[in-house]
Amino acid sequence: MWRVGEVVAVRDETATARTITLEIPDWPGHVAGQHVDVRLTASDGYSAVRSYSIASAPNSKRRVEITVERLPEGEVSPYLTRELAVGDRLELRGPIGGWFVWRPEQTEPIQLIAGGSGIVPLMAMIRSRAAAGGTAPFRLLYSVREPESVWYRDELHTLSDRDHSVSVSYAYTRATPKGWPRPPGRIDAALIASTTWPSKLTPTCYVCGPTSFVESAAGLLSASGNSSDKIRTERFGPTGDRR
Amino acid sequence: MAIISRGFSGRRSAEAGKLPPGQYLTATFPVLSAGPTPHVSLDRWEFTIDDGKDVLRRWDWKSFRSLPTETFTVDLHCVTRWSKLGTRWEGVSLDTMFADLKTDASYALVRSYGDYTTNVPLKDLMNHHAWIAFRFEGEDLAPEHGGPARLLVPHLYLWKSAKWVRGITLMLQDRPGFWESLGYHSYGDPWREQRYSSDP
Repeated sequence: MWRVGEVVAVRDETATARTITLEIPDWPGHVAGQHVDVRLTASDGYSAVRSYSIASAPNSKRRVEITVERLPEGEVSPYLTRELAVGDRLELRGPIGGWFVWRPEQTEPIQLIAGGSGIVPLMAMIRSRAAAGGTAPFRLLYSVREPESVWYRDELHTLSDRDHSVSVSYAYTRATPKGWPRPPGRIDAALIASTTWPSKLTPTCYVCGPTSFVESAAGLLSASGNSSDKIRTERFGPTGDRR
Repeated sequence: MAIISRGFSGRRSAEAGKLPPGQYLTATFPVLSAGPTPHVSLDRWEFTIDDGKDVLRRWDWKSFRSLPTETFTVDLHCVTRWSKLGTRWEGVSLDTMFADLKTDASYALVRSYGDYTTNVPLKDLMNHHAWIAFRFEGEDLAPEHGGPARLLVPHLYLWKSAKWVRGITLMLQDRPGFWESLGYHSYGDPWREQRYSSDP
């Protein structure tokens, strides 16, 4: 069943990423980590559908936010990040997915690891925890190319500042902020050891990002003693156009 | 009635006619799985067919690889909407692995290393519809794509083609697998766009 949402706000996160807020009158509610399918239809009836993770926490206003990264070769993402405007209507289906989700009833330590736009469903989990007044201890390790490519930066800062059981660490792969102690580079065993929960606390781990990132990060979590059934992954390919 | 997206024209490809509804073409081979990639060594690998009580057939890697193989070229359709056309594989037909096996079962639960499962009607695995594949485009199958061996049942959405496959349990009654318990369709025909459990 396709639902209709109206765009009520757009906000640029970075030079290439935009958050779109939709109001969907018959939205049944969602769980953090779920996604929606978005359908665009041309005037001759041709349509294209892509999946995007939901960025927002469940709320009573029947509002859903997605953040879309503009892929230069994308068919759908350039439209969503450039053309779409407040007042436009969009067709969507969902919410979809029941595995890569976090529910406020979960009280165990949570380890989130994001690569680039893989932050979106993890941000929904952080926001969901905050909205529910949750106390589950959260850690986020967020890998980005450079400081300018961080999404939701101010909000992450505010949330972790206000609540010390949410901690955020960054890994910069291309360029770091001035004076950053670690040279640019991918997540490695040393960074996993120094920034993530010790495996003896048996955290539930959520890893989201491009395929090679998830392969590597999930492998490092396993190697540091986390059992496979505590590591949940969501991957998207280089041409996946998923978020 | 679809809502027209003002200013959207889309990008139609010549192969679009070959694609099931709602799919788009990709030249890469994206990876989707629910957890870390299991690494299964060949000397510990085994494949069994059972009926829920007894093991009916068992192969280790050596005896599996001594079975006659086939090369085949198929199109892949992932429920996340990418399709990849004309992929070339080598594997053992399930007809070969089920030869001389008598069963009253109508359903199969395919089991994987890493505890993934998926359900498929048994007839969809027979008559040259399905293979246990171990080579992709002439190379040994990489772990992230399901190596050492995966099921390929290409006429259904790709989540049915279980990676890191280790066996099949025959069932008299259908029982949902991993994704089928999490909102995805029980059968998953891409041409009928059976993505989610609410699809007809």
